[in-house]
Formats: sequence, structure tokens, C-alpha cells
Amino acid sequence: MSAPSEAEPARRRRRSGGAAEEGVLYPRWFWPSFTFPATLWLAILFILPLYTVISIAFGTVDQIFRSPLPVYEPWWWSGEQFGKVLDDSFGIYRHVYIHTFEYVVIASALCLVLAYTVAYYVARYGGRRKALLLSLLIAPFFISYLMRMLAWINLLDTDGYINKILTFLHVVPQPIDWLSGRPSTVIMGLIYGYIPYMVLPLYAFLDRIDANLLEAGRDLGAGPARTFFRVTLPLSRPGILAALVIVSLPMFGDYYTNNLLSQSPRTTMLGNLIDEAYGSTGQGPRAAVFVIILMTLLLIPMFYYLRSTARSLETR
Amino acid sequence: MSEHVLSGPTTRALPQGRGGFIRRWVRNPWRRPTILATVTWGYIVWSLLPLVIAIAVSFNASRSSSSVHLFSLQWWWTDPSDSLLHDPELHSAVIQSLKLSLSTMVIAVPMGVAFALGIDRWRGRVATGANFVMLLSFVMPEIILGLALFFVFSFLLKFVPLGTPAQILGLVTFQLSYPVIIVRARLLSIGKDYEEAAMDLGATPRQSIRAVLLPMLYPAIFASAAIVFADTIDDFVTVRYLSGPSTSEPLSVKIYSFARSQPTPAINAAATFMLGSTIVVGVVAYLLYRAFTKGQRAGTGLGDLANQF
Repeated sequence: MSAPSEAEPARRRRRSGGAAEEGVLYPRWFWPSFTFPATLWLAILFILPLYTVISIAFGTVDQIFRSPLPVYEPWWWSGEQFGKVLDDSFGIYRHVYIHTFEYVVIASALCLVLAYTVAYYVARYGGRRKALLLSLLIAPFFISYLMRMLAWINLLDTDGYINKILTFLHVVPQPIDWLSGRPSTVIMGLIYGYIPYMVLPLYAFLDRIDANLLEAGRDLGAGPARTFFRVTLPLSRPGILAALVIVSLPMFGDYYTNNLLSQSPRTTMLGNLIDEAYGSTGQGPRAAVFVIILMTLLLIPMFYYLRSTARSLETR
Repeated sequence: MSEHVLSGPTTRALPQGRGGFIRRWVRNPWRRPTILATVTWGYIVWSLLPLVIAIAVSFNASRSSSSVHLFSLQWWWTDPSDSLLHDPELHSAVIQSLKLSLSTMVIAVPMGVAFALGIDRWRGRVATGANFVMLLSFVMPEIILGLALFFVFSFLLKFVPLGTPAQILGLVTFQLSYPVIIVRARLLSIGKDYEEAAMDLGATPRQSIRAVLLPMLYPAIFASAAIVFADTIDDFVTVRYLSGPSTSEPLSVKIYSFARSQPTPAINAAATFMLGSTIVVGVVAYLLYRAFTKGQRAGTGLGDLANQF
């Protein structure tokens, strides 16, 4: 939309592209000064808090009050708290890690299958209904997570609609207690909670795939299935990876889905350990260590996502 | 376009070749995508029907979540003690929610917009680093950031009391990246030509930003303000970790803690109220967007919105 006049596009682009010439138009301090407030804010309220977490995790504990004593100098750090939690991680908390991975992997995989199907249909076959379909897909995006979980608490309650229907149809003799420690309920909750974040980016990605490529595939004799597996799917791989990261990052840090839909130690996830440690006295260092473990586990997907978004900004 | 050709009725000829009916149906490249359509509509029903039911429960004259009674506003305001309006705890929580959301919006949006403008033009190692930290705050799971902020306010920055001040500072940190990302995407599509044209015509840098660039950014600014407001009003992770006395707990935190322990339809009414205020803000943002962008609009904005993510 902002195409420069047809006459000399190349020259104008060159003029506006170089970093050196910007000083001609604006004083050197001009643009950096815009970023100053937010940068300062992030330094004090993002970097510093993360450093505090590290200082607490590698700090000591007050012997009398059992409150954490953060140590801010790296040369005085002790690995005592960290070692304890790591021991527990391979001992009594092992199943928590396994659960977390299980739930997140299953939920993201099912999210992907469902979201891809929906996004593919809307992008390729939406036709005249595309605007309607899109707004229906965007709607849950603006409805709070809490409201959506609350809806399922109502439905899955022992006297909720799901049990009413199941007992009415004689599928089950008695109402099922869905809401106390069922992994399937937690996984369903995770899918329901995070799938809107996947459908939209996947749609945006699939919508950009050139339909001519698909037709070329057809013209060269490939059937619908072959066209899909040989053309569409390989082309959408970056989109799939980004979407998987978008949903699995918050799923790994999730504790509320579990607290709302299960409330049982049988389905505890890593996030629940952090949340419980936050709530009990004397567990501050433990919470800090768990936060660091979680952050370390998520470092690779986070960096992958940052790199891929940076690249898409450059090439757009 | 090509979708039309692929699924249009005129070209849906009978497939030739051997094989049974099912085989031919599967192989026919022009058949209607029945399975895909079923899955999609099934997904839409699955994603929206529970919410419709949850909203309906808040207007139901019964405590149960499934037996249907008459339409009633008992959980909204008629009931003298348990309704959203008269339960003192819920009532003050509504006010706290609005207070937090408005303050967060007022602080985070201008700061984020300024950052986006600056980082878009400022090149160099410091800029790259600042931008990286900003994006990192966007992808960091909320539990990590919330707890880190709780620790910093209880150990290092003790002069900030837990409660409303800490909550606002924390929420702004968490929301700062939304306006940055949305405004940067818009800046990329605008390009620098308009601004340069303004300066060629004699505008000072400040004038060219205020009179030319800023008006073009209004849609992105309104969109990010609406998103920040909606996201803050729904937030219950950061806010819960940073809440002090129970009067500083907004509606979202109340809903979170009552959802399983005392699930009355008043909780549904509270959640519906939150949804309503989100919609109101969305509509206001949209109207402002329309008012401010008369004559420079290109699309409906719906596709743009999907492309933001």
C-alpha cells in the first residue's frame, strides 16, 4: 500500500534504508530516546526479578524464620537448595515431570490435528463464508480462560449436562466424577484452553500458501491426498512448528487448568509444584528453583520462537 | 478464485475410472470437503456451546448448573446477598478489576508505542538487545514472570507494597509487549515514505510524527489498547501472586478461587460481566478506529487481526 512513486523506487528505497542517513533526518538521540522508558522498565521489572529468582534459588534460608535469604553476589552462591530440589526431581517428583510432558505432548498433538484441519478448511474452502467462519474462530480468543474453564466445570459437574445426557442414554449407570483427578479431563481442558491460539496463526499461514502451487500439483497428476502430503504439508512446516511452540510454552507453565478441572495430586504438573511452593511458608527457595528448572526446559522452544518471528519480520 | 474452481458445482463431474463408490468418492478431486466441513463446524460448536451454556446459567433461577428454570436476574442483582451487585466481596472486586485494567492500559500502551517507534528506526547492538528482551517478556510463561515479580517486590524492591501498586507494575511489565508487536507490524506495512514526504515539505521530525505517522498508527494503537484491557481484566496469575490484602483481589482472582469451592451462578454472572466489559471495550476500540481512520482504510481489519499473530 505504501509503494513509492513508480519513477525512482530503487533510489528512494536506498535513501530510506541506510542507517547512516537517518542521522540526517533526525538527531542521533531522537529514536533511542523513544525506547528509553520501556527499556528502563524492563530492566527493573523484568531482568531484575529474574535475577532475584536466581539469587534466591542459589541463596540460603533463614534458620529461624525459614524465609529465603537471597544472595546477590554470584561468588557466594550455594547450590544446596538447587541440589535438594534436583534430588527430589529424580525421586518423589519424577512422576510430575513425566505427567507434565505426557499431558503437554498429547494435548499439543491433538490441538495440532484439530486446529490444522479447521484452519485448512477455512483457508481453502471458506469461500463466501470465510468472514463468518473467521469471526467464529476468533470469538473464543477474546473470552477469558477462566470463563472457558468455568463453562466446563458447569458441564462436567456430577449434576451437569454431560452426566445428565450420559445417564439418560444409559451409557453409564451413575454420573461420572469427571472433575477429580482424571488425566483425560485435564488434557481436554488444556486443548480447549489453548487451541484458539493455534487456529489463528495456522490459518494466517495456510492462507498465504499460493493456490497455484496446489493446482500445479494436481495438473502434474497428483491426487488430493498426494497434493496435500507433498505440497501443502511441507510448505506449512514452519507454521506448524511456530504454532506448536505457541501452545506448548504456556501449557508447560500451566497450573490453573489442573487446579480448576482436577484438584488432585494424581494429575499434578510442574506448574502446580511452583504454585504450591509459592503458597506455603519456607518454600520460597524451592519455588525459585522450580522456576529456574522450568525456564531452562523452555529455553530452546522460546529461542526457536523468537528467531522464527524475527525472521518473518525481516522477510515480510 | 481457485477455491471456486476446486469446489464449484459446475466442475463437480463424476469421476472416471474403476473402483467402488467409496474409492471413487475418495479419489474425486472435486468432491465437496464433507469431512473437513464436519470437523470445522463440530469444532466451532464444541468451542462455543459450553460458553453459551455458562452464560445461560447466570440467568437461571436455580442453584444447579443443569436444571433449567425461569429467566431471572437473581444472580446479577435481585438477590440481596449472593448476587454480583450485592455480594460486597464481588462488588469491590469488580471495581478493582476496572481500576487495574485502566491503569495498566494507560501506562503500557503509550510506553509500548514509543518503544515500537524507536526500535523500528534505531539500529545497533543496544537496540537489538532491548528488542530481544522485549520479545522474551512476550514468550515467557506467566507463572515465571509472576513469581519473579513477587520475589522482587518482597525482597529487593520492598518499598513497593504488594497489592494495587505491585499489581499494576507487574501487569504493565507483562502487557508491554502487545502494543510493541502490534504497532511494529503496522509500522512495517506503512513504511517510511509518508514521513519523508512530510519532511520534504518542510515538517520538523516532531511534526511529521504527530501529524502524519501517529494518525496512521491509530488503528494499531486502539487495537493494542483493547487487547491490553481485555487481557488485564482476564489476568489472574500475575495479579494473584502480587495481591496483598483480599480487597486487592480483582474479579478474575475471585472467580479463580470460588470456581471450585463455592460455585454459585453468581460466579457465572461475574465471568459474564467480564466478558461483557471486554466486548464493550472491543466495540469502543472499533468505533474509535473507524472514526479516526476515515478515508484510509483498506480492508475489514479482520484478516489483519489474524495476521497479527
